[in-house]
Amino acid sequence: MGVTKKVVIEPVTRVEGHGKVTILLDEKGQVTRARLHIVEFRGFERFIQGRPFWEVPVTVQRLCGICPVSHHLAAAKAMDVIVGADKLTPTAEKMRRLMHYGQTYQSHVLHFFHLVSPDLLFGFDADPAVRNIIGVIKKYPELAVQGVMMRKFGQEVIKVTAGKKIHGTGAIPGGINKNLSIAERDFLLKDIDQQIEWSRGALKIAKDYTIEHLEELSGFGSFDSNHLSLIRADGALDLYDGGIRMIDSEGNKVIDHFNNQNYSDIIAEEVRDWSYMKFPFIKDLGVDKGWYRVGPLSRINTADFIDTPEAELARQEFKAVTSGKPNNITMAYHWARMIEVLHSAEKMKELLLDDDLQGEDLVVKGERRSEGVGIIEAPRGTLFHHYKVNEDDQVTMCNLIVSTTSNNVPMNLAVEGVAKKYLSGTEITEGLLNRVEVAIRAYDPCLSCATHALGKMPLTVSVVDHCGQIVDKKST
Amino acid sequence: MTGTGKKVLVFGYGNPGRLDDGLGPIFAEEFEKLNLEGVSVDSNYQLSVEDSAAIAEHDYVIFVDADESGPEPFHFEHVVPRAHMSFSSHSISADALMSMAEELLSSKAEAYMLGIRGYEFNEFGEWLSPKAKKNLAEALVFLEKALGDCNFAMYVNRFGIKNR
Repeated sequence: MGVTKKVVIEPVTRVEGHGKVTILLDEKGQVTRARLHIVEFRGFERFIQGRPFWEVPVTVQRLCGICPVSHHLAAAKAMDVIVGADKLTPTAEKMRRLMHYGQTYQSHVLHFFHLVSPDLLFGFDADPAVRNIIGVIKKYPELAVQGVMMRKFGQEVIKVTAGKKIHGTGAIPGGINKNLSIAERDFLLKDIDQQIEWSRGALKIAKDYTIEHLEELSGFGSFDSNHLSLIRADGALDLYDGGIRMIDSEGNKVIDHFNNQNYSDIIAEEVRDWSYMKFPFIKDLGVDKGWYRVGPLSRINTADFIDTPEAELARQEFKAVTSGKPNNITMAYHWARMIEVLHSAEKMKELLLDDDLQGEDLVVKGERRSEGVGIIEAPRGTLFHHYKVNEDDQVTMCNLIVSTTSNNVPMNLAVEGVAKKYLSGTEITEGLLNRVEVAIRAYDPCLSCATHALGKMPLTVSVVDHCGQIVDKKST
Repeated sequence: MTGTGKKVLVFGYGNPGRLDDGLGPIFAEEFEKLNLEGVSVDSNYQLSVEDSAAIAEHDYVIFVDADESGPEPFHFEHVVPRAHMSFSSHSISADALMSMAEELLSSKAEAYMLGIRGYEFNEFGEWLSPKAKKNLAEALVFLEKALGDCNFAMYVNRFGIKNR
């Protein structure tokens, strides 16, 4: 085995906690492997043990300040099973769906306008002083305003469905604790057509960029993979509920309509000594072949159709690029994400026009159970919540698989692909650093399980030789 | 109330479920109880782009956050607007947010950061460490007094990291 050197890219940002990229070189300066290290805090499962189960949908939001609504709803779905609520009332399910589409909408929009649009509009090699949201504001002020207004709309939807913008209490075991008033409905309805119009515009930017750069992006951190998501019984995209479907890179269904309560029969998690984060995989396929991608790209790949007209047309255009086969281009996540933005806007309008949201029948209960699983398609991908509860109503077991964990192997492969293509020698150039970030950013990873305090280091890039000596170091 | 008639936004942020990381939101919760005229109080897990709208409606913004390594019991700094790119977060730093408010909404707000020293971060738990509690109490007294005259430059001189 040849001598290796390590190139370390260490981004430490305030909210994200600690992420680090290690690129292993051989003696000729060629990349042999790249690894993304993320601090994933696993103590939450212990934190939740002993708490009354009905508190969990609220308490679980402490896990993540980035997507608390997704955890709120996944936990509530698991607790539905515990209280025997096998079918929610129409008002309860539709209120939860509205909350979820609002969350997906605002999350995707913020990611796209704030983080991704500078890369797409200015290019990966643009000066970082320009390639940021302020650069977008200066050059495309209308677009920047749209991004803020779309995000704000999604937050308003969360506020009226969850009760408040943070630490919502809307979803409870067996249903919801409030419906949507006429005033709240009308407040949202007056803006929804504008939101749909802006969603079309955002989708066009992502689509046009991907098609114009198709050749370059096909070789940019891209690779064949399995894709996993929930799927509705009729094969439609469904962000809130469904069975588990996994397709391979050719589109063959490996798993289909699998009962999500039994997810642990098919999915296992591997621990590797170099990573804090686990590596989920499909048991029957094993560790090497059983890993999969989740998130917008996977959802658009696995769905047979989308049940809103404009998003369905967009899905067909998306699929046409790969002649109906799954799209395995990492950067196509952005296009898929914007299809979901348009879909969410269409679904929100559909729900706001539905009188069921003003219904009074909010909660159901049935035969009490001791175990429940809640799975939801969070903005970043499939989110698993699994709980066991004792006779005193206390949680005795909690297991979570967050979407960023499911994308662990894919993110590592994306970084490795970029490193192999753009790094030679030991010098970390601005171009390499940008591209590594762009590849990771495509997955929209949520690293917020780490703490946030002031005093964290900025982005640091280190080159470490085979003796462990730092031979180059850069900070942003 | 503020001694100058200016509109002030106090914004505490952090995760109250992560021990001392909750210093910012807990500060906001306590400070709101003072019910000071002309002072709005808000809190969240992190800052976000839409906060630029609230910033633009105020003359001063005081960000309050936990600090894992700064001076005890707290420090007070001027936030200079600065455009930069974050790694992959759905959040935005205080300086980038101020830059955004300035560029997007022509905000003239002046911003300061009150960093309260914390000690325990790497566990889940909804309580503050004893030393963080003490620092929180001192920070609350400080800001109430500072808003009396809004002479923030003087307080930066006295409580800024460079002068500690």
